Amino acid sequence: MMRTSGPTGRTGLTGRLGLTGFTGFVARRAVGAVVTLFVLSVVIYAVFYVAPGDVAQITCGPRCSPAQVHQVAEQLRLDDPLYTRYVDFLRGIVAGHDYSTGTGVLHCDAPCLGLSYQTDQQVTDLILNKVPVTGSLALGAMVLWLILGVGTGVLSAWRRGRLTERVLTAVTLAGTATPVFVIGLLLMIVVCGQLQWLPFPQYVPFTDDPQQWAWNLLLPWLSLALIESAKYARLTRSAMLETLAEDHVRTFRAYGVKESSVIGRHALRGALAPVIALSANDFGTMFGGALLTETLFGLPGLGRELVQAVRVVDLPVVVGMVLVTGFFVVLANAVADVLYAVADRRVVLA
Amino acid sequence: MSLDEHLVRVDGLSVGFGDVRAVDAVSFTLERGAALALVGESGSGKSTVAAALLGLHRDTGARVTGTVRVGGVDVGAAGDQELRRLRGSVAAMVFQDPLSSLDPYYAVGDQIAEVYRTHSGASRRAARARAVDVLDRVGIADAARRARSRPHEFSGGMRQRALIAMALACEPELIVADEPTTALDVTVQAQILDLLHTLREETGTGLLLVTHDVGVAAESVDDVLVMRHGRVVERGPVADVLAAPREPYTRRLLSAVPRVDAPREERGGDLGDVVVEAQGLRRAFGRGRGAFTAVDDVSLTVRAGETLGVVGESGSGKTTLGRMLVGLLEPTSGRLLHGGAEKQRPGPVPGAQMVFQDPVSSLNPRRSVGESVADPLRARGDRDEGAIRARVRDLLERVGLDPAHYDRYPHEFSGGQRQRVGIARALAAEPRLIVCDEPVSALDVTTQAQVTALLAELQRELGLALVFVAHDLAVVRQVSDRIAVMRRGRLVEYGSVDEVYGAPRDPYTRELLAAVPALDPAVAAERRAARRAQARSAAVPEELAAV
Repeated sequence: MMRTSGPTGRTGLTGRLGLTGFTGFVARRAVGAVVTLFVLSVVIYAVFYVAPGDVAQITCGPRCSPAQVHQVAEQLRLDDPLYTRYVDFLRGIVAGHDYSTGTGVLHCDAPCLGLSYQTDQQVTDLILNKVPVTGSLALGAMVLWLILGVGTGVLSAWRRGRLTERVLTAVTLAGTATPVFVIGLLLMIVVCGQLQWLPFPQYVPFTDDPQQWAWNLLLPWLSLALIESAKYARLTRSAMLETLAEDHVRTFRAYGVKESSVIGRHALRGALAPVIALSANDFGTMFGGALLTETLFGLPGLGRELVQAVRVVDLPVVVGMVLVTGFFVVLANAVADVLYAVADRRVVLA
Repeated sequence: MSLDEHLVRVDGLSVGFGDVRAVDAVSFTLERGAALALVGESGSGKSTVAAALLGLHRDTGARVTGTVRVGGVDVGAAGDQELRRLRGSVAAMVFQDPLSSLDPYYAVGDQIAEVYRTHSGASRRAARARAVDVLDRVGIADAARRARSRPHEFSGGMRQRALIAMALACEPELIVADEPTTALDVTVQAQILDLLHTLREETGTGLLLVTHDVGVAAESVDDVLVMRHGRVVERGPVADVLAAPREPYTRRLLSAVPRVDAPREERGGDLGDVVVEAQGLRRAFGRGRGAFTAVDDVSLTVRAGETLGVVGESGSGKTTLGRMLVGLLEPTSGRLLHGGAEKQRPGPVPGAQMVFQDPVSSLNPRRSVGESVADPLRARGDRDEGAIRARVRDLLERVGLDPAHYDRYPHEFSGGQRQRVGIARALAAEPRLIVCDEPVSALDVTTQAQVTALLAELQRELGLALVFVAHDLAVVRQVSDRIAVMRRGRLVEYGSVDEVYGAPRDPYTRELLAAVPALDPAVAAERRAARRAQARSAAVPEELAAV
């Protein structure tokens, strides 16, 4: 079984370079990530060019004269063929780019994702300003949903068929069924409004004041985690039921090992693989999709910025955002794969 | 606990799962240091009894009545803590499937250390040293290093040794072994049984061995207890029960067991034309460093009306060879002639069919058995539904099933019946060659005998050429005219049954035959002594040839 390697195994480029074992595995994943991002950028570029709407008109504003619109189109090089602009874009990422602003030259350092059509701001800066906000939100929420979800899942698998499980199932089901803005709003009204335990959320950078950072983000984290943890609870529960029925779990029970060890060491470890994989995916997607939470709690994150950019067809910003989201999804998945391989050494070989 | 008490005392034990009574009023005792085998076919309740000794039915929903005392502990009445102490330190279990019985995520040594720490409260370091100690004891070479390996880095035999090491870790008074060698090759099985025997001699541990294989019992225990349908059929010293069974069921069971030394009736019959001929057949898998050759330079012929037995251990290439013969796999090189003509294009060979090992997974559970049997007819282009149905009914009847069962589904049949369906499906397209890949190894001995008898009968009537691929030397001997012994992809011996079994030329064939469990405990003891002598002096294998 271990002898046969997959198609990406020893026959691939990394295989021929002699990269096998763990290094080879990581190298293969890195190459795959770059290819994925490249394909993603091509697709996004293509989609926005077949999309309807006069970009120059929208960018210039409704009161522009045709001549002004024409000038904007020229400045944004909207009439150039698609592929030359795409190649330009790639070159910007690798080598940076100089933009003429009419009066002078604006230099954009590599990796340059272009300038916003709307504000002439560098997309790279724009994104870098938002990443910490969304990153804080995603990271904290993930930690919480893992604790809540996996804990609930383990408990309901262990107490299968008893009252504990039924109560937990009902609670988690209710969690999934409630939209984030309902939970979030309720939490805000109760916790911040009535009880006044926490301030109404407002983003404070971690570097400014870690304590305020956490206090302000607690509610957004909690509302995201409550929704997501239901999914994780169900996933953990079914994976646990599977591993609990495995022969090696029976072995340790038959040797008098304590039930807490049997569950914590032997059953849970096997059940974590799908949880890790799903978390990585959710964590990555949150960079593009935590819009509702960001809007509700007034957090200036990537999701809000992306929606704004799509509305005005600000192509460089949209492409940049999508690539960054894609980058985080790919990165999170690669990290999950590596974690997975560290946990189970058979993965590298298979 | 007093010393004169029995090590195991079971009184009126009954275990029920739902409506099924798996064990029905079973009573027996086992003295300290003695060895008892529970022997029976599937569904006889033997494993359920073994599990009850460790209280493994607790909290599973099973209804357990009667009393079970092990090492002075009343298993049914013991508290959770006392039960946990019993498990592992008084009675330790060795499970059947050594791959799935160890946790894939942890090093083998750590798993043994965990069990030891649970019972001894020793430090991590001491527990790890103990793990290395017992691994060394069960014959794992370089135990200190191998203790850090994970189970998938061990071979099947080594994993079983590791499980036995785990059982030894806390020096239990009783080892309960549930089919400990069923998943292993015959030579490895002999090693494991020898190991259990040696350990018992050295430590004085009692043994309760659960097995479906009478030969394994004969090799390993003092007493045997035969079970059927959850009840005890008979109990006695193993030599007496095997030589002179009192109960009719035991007699039937024993007569169905194939033996390598039983008198064999000449199969005779006229040999027809050569149906299939292989010349220098070779098959490789994979590329580069991962490449290996599964079948290497195999040449053989099979004639109409003849059965060629292909034997070998796991990984010997016998299944790959069988698949090439029917065209399910293409050879990497070499020539394959069917009826004297070389195959024109890749794909299944018309007139060649296959019967698979697992009658459960080789039938589509969502289609009726009649439809499964009709598949080859439709595949070759039959369109007349009435004729197809009539032919399938004929076939079902021919293999001993009720034609009215056309519309039933596989789960409604027993293992033996399902294998009959598999045979009917193979017969449907009127083949000249049928390759049976381990057709009876998932079946109980009495069912096994019925299925092999059916195959022989069909062969006589239809003049089929049969290739019978199996790991069980006794079964192959019973059904075959000629034998091919495979090892690491090569034919090491190829000749008539009498030549191969009576006067084997190849040392590997001799080793295989010497490892087959003997049904006579006296012979088994002799052979064990011979194996030990060989292991000690690494003597010339010639000495062992007297099988």
